[in-house]
Amino acid sequence: MANLISRSQRPPLFVAVPAALIGLLLLLPPIYLVVRTFDAGTAVFDLLLTARTGGILLRTLLLMAIVTAASVAIGAPLAWLLERTDLPMRRVLGVLAALPLVMPSYVYALIVVLALGPRGMLQGWLEPLGVERLPEVFGLPGAAFTITLLSYPYVLLPVRASLARMDPAFEEAARSLGRSAVGTYLQVTAPLLRPAIVAGALLAALYTLSDFGAVSLLRYHTFTWSIFIQYGSAFDRTLAAGLSLALMLLALALVAMEASSRGGGRYYRSTPGAARRARRIALGKWKWPAAAFAWGVVAVALAAPLAVLGYWVARGVSAGEPLDVLWTAGRNSLYASGLAALAAAMAAVPVALLSVRYSGWAGIVLDRLTYVGFALPGIAVALAFVFFATAYAGFLYQSMPLLVLAYLVLFLPAAAGAAQASLRQVSPRLEEAARSLGRTPWQAFAAVTLPLLGRGVLAGATLVFLLSMKELPATLILSPIGFKTLASAVWSAAEEAFFARAAAPALLLVVAASLPLAYLSFRQEREE
Amino acid sequence: MSGMSIFAGRTRLSVWALLAVAAAALLGACGGDGDETLTVYSGRSETLVQPVIDQFTDATGIEVAVKYGGTAELAATLLEEGDRTPADVFYAQDPGGIGSVESLLGQLDSSTLARVPEWARSPDGLWTGVSGRARVLVYNPERVSEAELPRTIEELTDPKWRGRVGWAPTNGSFLTMVTGMRAVWGEERTRAWVEGMVANDTAVYPKNTPQVAATGAGEIDIGLVNHYYLYRFVAEEGEDFPARNYHLPGGGPGSLVMVSGVGVLEASDNKELAQQFINFLLSTVAQQYFASQTYEYPLVEGVNVSRLLTPLDEIEQPQIRLADLSDLAGAQDLLRAAGALP
Repeated sequence: MANLISRSQRPPLFVAVPAALIGLLLLLPPIYLVVRTFDAGTAVFDLLLTARTGGILLRTLLLMAIVTAASVAIGAPLAWLLERTDLPMRRVLGVLAALPLVMPSYVYALIVVLALGPRGMLQGWLEPLGVERLPEVFGLPGAAFTITLLSYPYVLLPVRASLARMDPAFEEAARSLGRSAVGTYLQVTAPLLRPAIVAGALLAALYTLSDFGAVSLLRYHTFTWSIFIQYGSAFDRTLAAGLSLALMLLALALVAMEASSRGGGRYYRSTPGAARRARRIALGKWKWPAAAFAWGVVAVALAAPLAVLGYWVARGVSAGEPLDVLWTAGRNSLYASGLAALAAAMAAVPVALLSVRYSGWAGIVLDRLTYVGFALPGIAVALAFVFFATAYAGFLYQSMPLLVLAYLVLFLPAAAGAAQASLRQVSPRLEEAARSLGRTPWQAFAAVTLPLLGRGVLAGATLVFLLSMKELPATLILSPIGFKTLASAVWSAAEEAFFARAAAPALLLVVAASLPLAYLSFRQEREE
Repeated sequence: MSGMSIFAGRTRLSVWALLAVAAAALLGACGGDGDETLTVYSGRSETLVQPVIDQFTDATGIEVAVKYGGTAELAATLLEEGDRTPADVFYAQDPGGIGSVESLLGQLDSSTLARVPEWARSPDGLWTGVSGRARVLVYNPERVSEAELPRTIEELTDPKWRGRVGWAPTNGSFLTMVTGMRAVWGEERTRAWVEGMVANDTAVYPKNTPQVAATGAGEIDIGLVNHYYLYRFVAEEGEDFPARNYHLPGGGPGSLVMVSGVGVLEASDNKELAQQFINFLLSTVAQQYFASQTYEYPLVEGVNVSRLLTPLDEIEQPQIRLADLSDLAGAQDLLRAAGALP
């Protein structure tokens, strides 16, 4: 009954109009890819229908499965420890554990190769023990290791937000009925977290599909690797477009699987009353093993790569390399990423409302479309914007608004997924109660739904912020001319093998990204 | 509940405030730029190119706005922009990059073209090389003695080099070299070489720099690279960095010399300034900068090569025009058929 009442209405204008505009924007890359694929003609099929394509596809799916499973295995327990237990130093850990997301994957992979390569730093330390050569880091193990460390925050952040919003009454009921703490977690908490875990896992999976930096340095040939060869060494953007279109279809199939696994469950309380904050669980004798796990993740995923970067900077400075303070690039990075996070937060709300609260094809189509840009290589999305902006909106070309729109298309699902997961935890009866008291749909939304969505939208916007900080292809192509970011400074130096010069902006990238995270965490702590 | 309503009010207020700030910021960022500015798309990195551009501005007073990016990405961008491009000049890392946008380029002055040797520019006068880079073998002198080094690139398929050599089969310079092989050797011999290298467990790298690093680390003994990366490693790691360059003798395609290339967009309404800029890149001042700061080969007469380099006239280059080596997709097909690319 509740579903019939709450899902059958037509969406009000404040949902329908923004949702339609966002949908149009999200359609630009697919339309562009179809246009370019027609230029390539049958050559695309010749390339796709070779025996090798099947192998590449299997390799891609294998890497994706491993990364996704590992990201959930790290991200979900870490989120629970940070949000629900008395883990020592959890506020600092909460900020640090999200930061690997801001590291460009090629920088990360470069460090992995230099540290763990056959004759890398680790081998150098082990040489006195007679180790001449380490086992190959290249291929599947290295690629899976590297991308997992970059991807677990996709799961961590939405699950934390979902835990913070979850009504503790469910768990308390299970405990009072005699379930153990572990039994409660497995039978009550984990199923309730499923939307957030699945949303995060989907992002990790799609990110793995789109990554090029890590797989190229770690020599694991995926589908996106094939696309980049077409752009990068054959200068053939039409064939690349055809392959990108195939990648997009693969991504849409995954998204459809995610949606069907979600089913029609309800994740809000159905009896009257409001959720309280959950009390933190005392870890007791598990405190130190739990702390070791959390700090271990941070040490491997963040501290170790930062130490390598610091070593490069120190070596460069001692060799007389000037250490430029990259104020302008740092400010530009924060500014563009901040706008992107804001735009994504605003766009995520109508997308979430339409797809969760209203039935019909529009919500389903929009929900699927949000993932398209995220799964495509950034260069394909950037070229789509070049194509449309130069033809129809010349005044916007290579301007800040266009760059922010491109970030939105690239990263919207990170924000929309978190907002949707939050919205599923809000009972539609609350809005219905507001409506029955004479509020308009807009008033009910603004007074009731929006405040309850706050934490989820913020988590999503944080993800978009971190992702925009490291974004490269769209930034290089679509930014106003002369606009430099930290990510472009890192790339420009690393491309020419000036590692000392690349390391300083890479460190600064992490520091700059940690500032807003620390502020948000501080604010949340105070609210508690 | 009262706490919640306070939060609600604050959220709504701050959302509107943020909206207003964003709108103002976006409008502020939309300023136009003047007409007397030259716009350059540079596929070569800022570190290497900006000093020359600054010298140009100092010398002529002409402001230059530069969009830096990867050569391939910028070439694709130019092709999408077509005649609506804001760019006046495209400065590409390699002949393949500048060649891929030939249909968008305008004619260069013949006096400019005459300064550069014929092999290093477009026969139709659409682009010219700016600085030269040689294909070399980079080797680790602690693991390979000079006497052991191969006399031809084909010797690397010998079983004694099994697992000791690296290459970057997706790299643009490598593809240009393979195109040179197809032109000089023909299809069959090139394919046999590639198959021999694959059978010999040649290690695959994404590009040149990781090969130089791997050679210095002793991960491989020989890498197939461009000559100038080595000097950056030596500058950062010190003189004892164990890697050296080796130019293959005999005039085969393994000792191809390539160029970075520059051209003026046909759609530019700043063609005179653009031509002036290209003349500057070919001036003694700029050529001397490339020779001494980026360790490349100058392409005009009367400029000294860095003392670290083998002079250009001592390299036994194959007799090919770079403009004839534009079929990189063809080279890629061959590599795919021979099993070097998936």
